[in-house]
Order: sequence, then structure tokens, then C-alpha cells
Amino acid sequence: MEKNKKFNFTKILAPIVLVLLYLFFSIFGRNFFSDDYLINILDGSYYIGFMAIGVTFVIITGGIDLSLGTTMMCAALLGGAAFNIWHWPMIWCLLLVVFVATAIGFLNGVLVAYLNLPPFIATLGTQMMGMGFGAILTRVQTMRYPTFGTPEGWFKNFFYKTTAGFPVGIFWLFGFFLIALILLSKTKFGRYTFAIGSNREAARLSGIKINPWLTGVYTFCGFCCGLAGIFYAAVYTSIIPSTGNGMELLGIAGVVIGGTSMAGGTGTLVGTLIGVYIMSVLKQGLMSMGLQSHWQTFFTGVVVIGAVLLDQYRLKQGAKVKK
Amino acid sequence: MTDVLLQMTDIQKSFPGVHALDNACLEVKKGEVHGLVGENGAGKSTLMKILTGIYKRDSGSIKFRGKEIHVNNTRESQQLGIGIIHQEINLMPHLTVAENIFIGKEPMKGLFLDKKKANDDAKKMLNALNIDIDPAIPTGQLTVAKQQMVEIVKALSYDSELLVMDEPTSSLTENEIEELFKIIRNLKARGHGIIYISHRLDELPIITDRVTVMRDGQYVGTVETAKVTKSEIISMMVGRTIYEEPKVKSTVPADAPIVLEARHLCGNNVKDVSFCLHKGEILGFAGLIGAGRTETMRALFGADPLDSGEIIVNAEPITVKSPNDAISHGIGYLSEDRKGFGLAIGLAVRDNSVMANLDAFLKGPFTNDPKIDRTTIDYVEKINIKTPSVSQLVVNLSGGNQQKIVVAKWLIRNSDVLIFDEPTRGIDVGAKQEIYKLMNELVAEGKSIIMISSELPELLRMSDRIIVMCEGCITGEMNIEDATQEKIMTLATSKM
Repeated sequence: MEKNKKFNFTKILAPIVLVLLYLFFSIFGRNFFSDDYLINILDGSYYIGFMAIGVTFVIITGGIDLSLGTTMMCAALLGGAAFNIWHWPMIWCLLLVVFVATAIGFLNGVLVAYLNLPPFIATLGTQMMGMGFGAILTRVQTMRYPTFGTPEGWFKNFFYKTTAGFPVGIFWLFGFFLIALILLSKTKFGRYTFAIGSNREAARLSGIKINPWLTGVYTFCGFCCGLAGIFYAAVYTSIIPSTGNGMELLGIAGVVIGGTSMAGGTGTLVGTLIGVYIMSVLKQGLMSMGLQSHWQTFFTGVVVIGAVLLDQYRLKQGAKVKK
Repeated sequence: MTDVLLQMTDIQKSFPGVHALDNACLEVKKGEVHGLVGENGAGKSTLMKILTGIYKRDSGSIKFRGKEIHVNNTRESQQLGIGIIHQEINLMPHLTVAENIFIGKEPMKGLFLDKKKANDDAKKMLNALNIDIDPAIPTGQLTVAKQQMVEIVKALSYDSELLVMDEPTSSLTENEIEELFKIIRNLKARGHGIIYISHRLDELPIITDRVTVMRDGQYVGTVETAKVTKSEIISMMVGRTIYEEPKVKSTVPADAPIVLEARHLCGNNVKDVSFCLHKGEILGFAGLIGAGRTETMRALFGADPLDSGEIIVNAEPITVKSPNDAISHGIGYLSEDRKGFGLAIGLAVRDNSVMANLDAFLKGPFTNDPKIDRTTIDYVEKINIKTPSVSQLVVNLSGGNQQKIVVAKWLIRNSDVLIFDEPTRGIDVGAKQEIYKLMNELVAEGKSIIMISSELPELLRMSDRIIVMCEGCITGEMNIEDATQEKIMTLATSKM
């Protein structure tokens, strides 16, 4: 069938773009094809990667989560406060990060599923609430996580890179990616995520209790933001209050570039991960060519629009075949 | 023949798989109210859509004011002087009456809108029809009846000589209907031609001069309303030769137990509905669109809230608050709108087939995919679903096969009572026979079926017993032995 051929083509398009970009910058960028740049590409991808994995589930249900970035930062700020102000042991601080983010995710879920708020509005609200809350609790002070070599600095070695400089974060991200992959493709949770996004009413009339499952999806997304917070802290050390706003768009852009439709019902985590790395390669590559970060922003925008245009084109082709 | 306003002759229209119109004809004179009647699917709407340019005819001729016309869209038909008032209100509720009337042709004063002129002109037009509405208030604040009058004025603002009214009285109270009729008579006196589509046959002698009857896309005849009775019109509507052999006798044993009973169900468009369903029975629900059949079943299934009433399954009263409750008591609902409510068409056959019963296909925390595939393949073979594989997306299958997947979904869930809402809508003839065969096999296995259908031959062929509804109430019940098309149609139009 012609349609299947086209479908497969768009499926492999994202990886092809990633490889082509990498080759392009290897040829035209200065020293791009090197360990340093590869590690830079990886470092910048952790927190975006975790957020993007979480929000992939949300987008497959046909929803959106605009609170990704500030949820992550709010959670990381609270964890930092626990460490700096309340002097908790590191492990408890990290658990707090995950807990706070999961709680915000749960709140999103309740607002969207039980109180029927449009996801855009609900998560726009929690985005602002999270940002404000973090700043209030830390009295607008920057929270610093321990650095390498300090007594509690183990967490950097554990999550970010070994003393020898090996980027262990990549194992965490890929490990979690595999878990999420199984969750999405092999469990009831994943099936219902697709069912709700594909046709919520049909799912309801099949006896699926929409509200708890949808709440679960947003809660899971919050949990992912918590993990993103830990890795952000591990890589960047300082958490500045009232930031995080705008970072959600990086996560969402990764999902969209990866070919997941905003209309819900379809999507792949592999695509999401590739989308995240397309952005990361773009950023480091443009830097290697001596272009500043606003060029990266500009080109990411171009890629996002290109990806969505492609998605629409594919849908149209699909509709034509149907007739 | 100068007084003939519209002459449609030998209109042909086919959609893929369906011959929607076959030699349809219609003639409307100046100053005439012309009724257009027929069952659901008789082709009235299609004919009107061709007249107003929404569909293109395959062949045939349309003469308006003696000239052959070819319209490509509603705008062109409006400019020619053909206006249509749809059953649903198509006004923008936040805009005022005058703004709605002059939408797309706003009076201007230089670069700016001339609000005053719009209001004054609207007032004049309303006054001309003796309608008392302030043109400066938003239409959303008006009653449905008043909104409809605004629609009429809006249509007339294009200098329409011919007005099509599609079920204009369906949501009006008796007083409002009287108001509407006054306006219609007024228009008639001014020489406008009106095509009046209605399911309410009792209205025809009050307001129409002539009536054209359609059936299965064909022209049956045009009669002068004053010279015929309601029952004559009904027999024109249903007087088809039935190719399907109707069921002559119920196949349900007299002592079959009652599996489902509904007592005094009340809800949205459901008024005190009671009935019972026996084991192995196909219970047909007849009625016209809007009779409340789907609403009754959705309330019974927990898809819509039930205001009051009792549901009894296997002699035990049950509480139904959500579809999940109904499903756990063995009830399955197959919606008339498969794509909207029945299937996740973007997902694979296997995902849809187990959607109602995923719990039975888990192995620890994981889905047991081999078992899902095995079971789905079993049912694909058992009920003969034509699909290249179970991983095929449902969207790529035909209507008949999609319907079978919904059936498979409920069979996999072990449902004993299946509610088929228009089981063969949008399904071609061959696949229809297969659905019928499947339904007969299901009842032979001891399942029980409620079948909502707007197709009389289908009801007569499949049902053991038929319940007729009209405007939210049950208006009659008959055993298949006593059922005729005329009886059903009389009961289905019995209220006004």
C-alpha cells in the first residue's frame, strides 16, 4: 500500500535529519566532530529529555503541559532549599524534588480530568503558580547544589559525570527512556493513554474510567519533570528563582519534531528522543560555527514549523487514501 | 406556466456505494407552500443540498424562474434568490440581530460600518413581516423561535423568492408554531415559494398547498394536500416493494426469561420509557430522527445521566452511573456514530477489539500481546472481519468491517445484551447482509439484542418485537406478526 510507504518514510525522516545535521556540522563546524562537543550535546539534553518523555504521554492524550519548565525549577528550588536552608541529607532533598514535581503533575491531572479545565489553561495556571511558589519559598535566593568534591558532591558523580569525566547521565536518560517505552507500549497505562487521545468518548463508552487514567498521565509527566529537576541541578548546580519559564517549549518542541501529533492518539518516544537530540545538535553545531544562541532559537523554530507542516502533509495524504 | 418558480427534474446523485437520488423531481409554484416528506434517508436533504449548491448533481435539470441554473455553492444560490433555513440555528449568538442579518453585506459609511442604517433596515424588514424583535440585541438572548424568524429575515434579505425550510417546527412550542405559520402565510401572499420539509404530517394540511413524497431517493408523487388524507401520504412514504423477506414470526420461545427491564426511565428527551427484553430476542426500536431512541439507550448504558427510573438486569436492580457500570452487568452499546463513539479509528484492530476488556489481557503489569493477537484473530475469523492483519489501523477498513470490530469488542467483553444503534448505517448492501447474519447468530447463541433502526424493512426483517417512539415517549409496541410499515409510521408520527 502506498500509504504505508509514506508513513514509514516520515517515520525515518527524523533520524535522517539528525544524522545529516551531525554530518553537516562535522564538516562545517570548527572541532564539532570531537568528544568535547559530543559531551556538550549530551549534557544539554538531559533535563529536556526527561521533560519531553513526560510530555509525550500528555500530548498523546490530546493534552498539553505548559508547566514542565517551571515545575522542574520549582521542584529543584525546593530541593535546594532543603539542602541549603534546612540542611537535609542529599538523598532526601532529591526525593523532595521528585515529590514536589509529581504533586504539581497530580494537580494538573485533577484540574484537567476531574475539573474539566482545558489543559492549556490548567497548566498555564500551574506554570505561573509553580514559578511564584518556588520564588516565595526560597525568598528569591539562588539555590546552589553541592559541587564536585564536596561531601554531598557524590550526586553529581552519580547522575552527571564520573570523576574521570564520563557522562553517566546518558545511561540514566536512556535507562529511563526504556522504562517509559515499556510503559507506553506494554502496559494498560500506555494503551489507555493512546485510547483516550485517539477517541476519548469511545474509550469512555468502552468502560474505561477516563479521569483516573488521565490524572495518572499528568502525574507521570510531573514525575518526569522531577527527574529533569535532579539532572538540571546535577549539570548546572545553581537554580535561580523565577526561571524555567520557556523551558517547557523546548520539551514540547522535541516531541513535535519527533512526529507526535498535537491532536493526540499517535506518537512515539523514539521520535521524541530524536527530536531532543536534533535540538541539541543544532545548538552545539551552530555554536561551533561561531553563531550565537539566538541562532539556535531561530533554527529550532524553523525545525518545529517544518516538522508540523510535514505532519499535516502526512495526515492529508492519509485522508486522501481513505477516500 | 409562468407561475412555476422552481422545476427540478430527473435529478440523479450517487455517492460511493449509494444511489442517493434516482430521478428525483420537484416543482414549486409562486406563492405556494410545498411540503416535502419522506422517511429518514428518503433523499429530501440531498435534494435540497443539490438545490443550494452544497452537492453537485450527476445529471438532471434545475430550472429556476424558467432558466436552467448551475450553482456551485450556497452563496451563488443565495444570489439567485434561493434561501435555506436549516433545522439548526446558524446565527452567531454574540452578534446582534441586525449584524446577523447583514453579515457579509454590511451597510458601510466610508470605511466604517453604518450601524444605524443596519439597525433601521433590519427593523423595516422585521416590521414587514410583523415580527417584533429589537434589531440591536444579540441573537443569543432570543428564544429559538425568534432566532428562527431572524433566520427567515436573513434569508429574505437576499431577495429570496424561494425559501427552503428544513423541519422548522421541530423545536417550537404550539404557540410559536402558530406565529411561524402566520409568517409563512404572509410570505406566501407576497408571492414567495416555500419548500416545507417536515416529519410532522399533521402540519401538512394546515400549511401546505401541495406535497411531494420521496422514498429511497426516488420521486413517488405530488398531491394536492386538500385532496388526500394522512394515511394516504403515509402509504406513499412507505409503499415500497420489500425485497427483504420480513420475519413472519418471533423466534423467541414464549417462556424466555427477561434479561433486561427498564422502568420509567426519564432523562434528556426520554419521557417515562419502560420496556423489557427477553433472552434471545431482537427488540426493534422504530421512530424518526429525534424520537429519543438513542437518548434512551445512552441513558440506559450510563453514557448520559438518567434523571430517574429503574434498570433491572436478570431480575436484579442495578445502578448505572457510568458506562463502566452497565458494561460490568453485561450490556454493550454499539453507537450509530462508529467513528465518533465506537472506535478509536487511529488505532489498530487489536487495540480496539480489547479496549473494553483489557484487564483480561494482562500478565502482571504488562499487556499480554500474544494473547491479545490470538483472541483478536479468533474473532476476526469467527465473525469474518476482512482485514489484512490485526495491526491494521481501523481507519483503513470499510464501514461493515468497522462495525464488526465493535461487535468483536463486546463479544470479547462477554456482553449478553447488545444495543445496536443503526447497525447498518453507512454500510453497503453486501456487508449489511453479513451484519444481519451475525445478529441472528448472536441471538441463536443466547445473546439478546436491542436494535434501533430508521429503516423499516430492516426492522421488519430482524425484529421479534417492535417498540415505536415519538418525541421521547413510547407510542406503541407490537409483535412482529402484527407489524406493518404503515402501522409503524403512523405511531412514529402520532404526536404533534
